[in-house]
Amino acid sequence: MAVPKRKMSRSNTRSRRAQWKTSAVHLVACSNKACRAPKPQHIACPTCGQYDGRQVVQPA
Amino acid sequence: MPTPTKGPRLGGSPAHERLMLANLATALFTHGRITTTEAKAKRLRPYAEKLISKAKVGDLHNRREILKVIRDKDVVHKLFAEIGPFFVDRNGGYTRITKTLARKGDNAPMAVIELVQQKLVTTEAEAARKTKFAKDEKAAAPAAVESDAESDSSAKVVDQDAEAPESATKDAAKDPAEGADEAPKAEDKKDES
Repeated sequence: MAVPKRKMSRSNTRSRRAQWKTSAVHLVACSNKACRAPKPQHIACPTCGQYDGRQVVQPA
Repeated sequence: MPTPTKGPRLGGSPAHERLMLANLATALFTHGRITTTEAKAKRLRPYAEKLISKAKVGDLHNRREILKVIRDKDVVHKLFAEIGPFFVDRNGGYTRITKTLARKGDNAPMAVIELVQQKLVTTEAEAARKTKFAKDEKAAAPAAVESDAESDSSAKVVDQDAEAPESATKDAAKDPAEGADEAPKAEDKKDES
């Protein structure tokens, strides 16, 4: 079985981990004029539960 | 030839996939709307709509074909008695998928799949106007009353808004009555969901 020959330095480890980045979720305003809460696109609004003017889910 | 589904089976094996789709379809017809993962909803949609198309035909052969899939006879009865007749004027597109927030726990994309509860726009317009559109009227006009139909239809065209002769009003009154029977049903269903 292949095993590492050398211990990985703290510097190398941290350099690698420095590349782990997150990206912000793309949010749009809800199309319901009474709501306007930010929500992910193409998804029923979690705040008011509407999508395309239609009540789809019960808001939590 | 039907297009084979891309990617792995739902649940791992073909048998498991068949069972999952059958159970999902049963749940959808029982409740009218179910929340499931997006992948399952997308696979369920054509499957369920083909069953509804069979139910719309409404004969014994199609009932047996559906019973191969849905083993609950109550659900099959509902499919033939309520769901099929409700979709008479709709040619496909019986279900609607709306995406919802991802599931907590495994972040799986979720969706709501539901039977469309609204009637077609043309049907509602016809019910409101108490007439039929020209293209629908041709199909609806029975062949038996050909001689009467000519005089009736001409009278209808002239006197749609003004006072119509008795024969025309009778015909016109028949149509909205049919529509009116169905319309409150649709509203009831909307309220339940």
